[in-house]
Amino acid sequence: MGFGAMIIMERLDFVVRRGEIFVILGGSGSGKSTLLKHMIGLYRPLAGRVLIDGADVTTAEGAEREDILREIGVTYQMGALFGSMSLLENVRLPLEVHTRLPPAAMNRIALARLQMVGLAEYSDFMPAEISGGMQKRAAIARAMVLDPKVLFLDEPSAGLDPITSAELDQLVRRLSSSLGMTMVVVTHELPSIFTIADRVIMLDKESRSIIAEGDPRVLRDSSEHPWVRRFLRRAETEDLPA
Amino acid sequence: MNERERQSDPVLRYAVEAGPPPRVRFSGRMDAYSTGPVWQPVLDEFRRLSGAPELVLDLGEVEYCDGAGAALLYSVERETAERGGTLRFEGMTRAIAGYLKPYRDADAARPARGAGVTPWPQRLRRGVIAVGFEIHEQVAFIGEVSLALVRGLARPGQVRWGDMLRVAEAAGYQALPIVSLIAFLLGVILAFQSAVAMGQFGAQIFVADLVAISLFRELGPLMMAILLAGRSGAAFAAEIGTMKVNEEVSALTTMGLDPVRFLVVPKILAGILVAPLLTLYANLIGLIGAALVMRGFGIPMVTFFNQVSGAVDFGDLGSGLFKACVFGFLVASVGCLRGLQTGTGAAAVGRSTTSAVVSAITLIVVADGLFAVLFYHLGI
Repeated sequence: MGFGAMIIMERLDFVVRRGEIFVILGGSGSGKSTLLKHMIGLYRPLAGRVLIDGADVTTAEGAEREDILREIGVTYQMGALFGSMSLLENVRLPLEVHTRLPPAAMNRIALARLQMVGLAEYSDFMPAEISGGMQKRAAIARAMVLDPKVLFLDEPSAGLDPITSAELDQLVRRLSSSLGMTMVVVTHELPSIFTIADRVIMLDKESRSIIAEGDPRVLRDSSEHPWVRRFLRRAETEDLPA
Repeated sequence: MNERERQSDPVLRYAVEAGPPPRVRFSGRMDAYSTGPVWQPVLDEFRRLSGAPELVLDLGEVEYCDGAGAALLYSVERETAERGGTLRFEGMTRAIAGYLKPYRDADAARPARGAGVTPWPQRLRRGVIAVGFEIHEQVAFIGEVSLALVRGLARPGQVRWGDMLRVAEAAGYQALPIVSLIAFLLGVILAFQSAVAMGQFGAQIFVADLVAISLFRELGPLMMAILLAGRSGAAFAAEIGTMKVNEEVSALTTMGLDPVRFLVVPKILAGILVAPLLTLYANLIGLIGAALVMRGFGIPMVTFFNQVSGAVDFGDLGSGLFKACVFGFLVASVGCLRGLQTGTGAAAVGRSTTSAVVSAITLIVVADGLFAVLFYHLGI
């Protein structure tokens, strides 16, 4: 994975299991978000494949690509809600594009999705009128309106206060358990990692590869890599208390 | 139930048994793609059966149901309840019940800003307050700009002349192609239209007078100002608006830099500088266009320009250029004001840009009318 002659990561080989919350970790600039964008087909890898339920995102074109994209939902770092549309219109948009549901049904589904993220009362608000945390929740509602198999979340807690961030973590956990949705999350917020992650991989900028994979609690206590232990303990050096 | 198999043609089927009680049996997949085609027929079927006191909805053969499927179930439930009937679900799994819950909860949600129409006295009050704020902001902005300009003249070293020249190049030099095209066509059209009419009276030579006076006094400054508003006023609003959205304006303020002095003054000075220059250029190109047309009517270019030099004096040229300076000030300042008034989000930048162009053109027309009265009384 890289751009032109610049290789960011190589020999990336991992599996996301059905129904789990899978977190991609790494230091700043290690390529977490870039990896996510490769997984959703926005970027093409220099070599290799990305399979979602057996279909290769990297080579799919036309109708096959559309089929894959219908099975995934994505939320971006800044929410990426369309500023000229109300929350309800934002959430309804994928239904308008991909289904033949009557308008009243689309509104009902979109409102229920907003209800799931606690924003039904704000359905007629514009994105600019609500807070950053609410925007991210609305973005999650939009991403899951077609009930995708996999939900990709790029730094869902970034820039949020600890309480809002914790609420968002609970929302992710609740959606995962109630809907059985597979989630791939990019984050480096430690509380979030330990709250939501079933499994993590950690990217390393220097070796340009995955240096750890598994349960974050186990990695924190017994990873063979000192850097991984320090990262998960938020410690400058190995001797500092956890 | 949560795992969805990839299907190229997902189908939801339903069958009705007369009962009693009447029973509707769903089978297949209930997702966003399969419920669409049967949505209305299913609701119609339930309306038809609504005479019965109890209806049964059998979900035992449903292979998959997600949020969209639950939306259909909820619609049926509501439809039946509204008609006084009772709906009993059979074969309801925990997963389907989980999907159904948000629909029931969402109905209980009340809009955060309240529903219904606001009474007219309240709307009038809000409107008056909004207009008051708008006027207050504009007056405050004019004050700030005037102060910054005076300070700039008193201490020229504080003005960002490099920025001013960069803006002048973008708003002036780079606008020459479009100004050339419009001015040339304007000259051609004016000359052609008037030459045909005046030719009937043998007065074609006076087309030169008509075109020159129209361009110098009125059309040159007006056309240039409208072009400047559409091209540069919009750009000023979009640039400053985007900076506002990205909090760059806040960053300037916290660094102790006055946004008006830093961002607005160079643009206004550039506007005041390029507007008369563009007007002069537009006048010249317009005359060339008119001269070429008149040549086709048998009037040599030398004769045409001799006639022009006799028809217009410095007062005509000067009044037009003065008006252009004022128009340049109005376009640049309104563009900057709308940029600084930008709210949050991409749509706010679009609104500011539109507002900048509309406000600038309105102000230009109003100012032009005032100038017409003023110059008449001054005898210019």
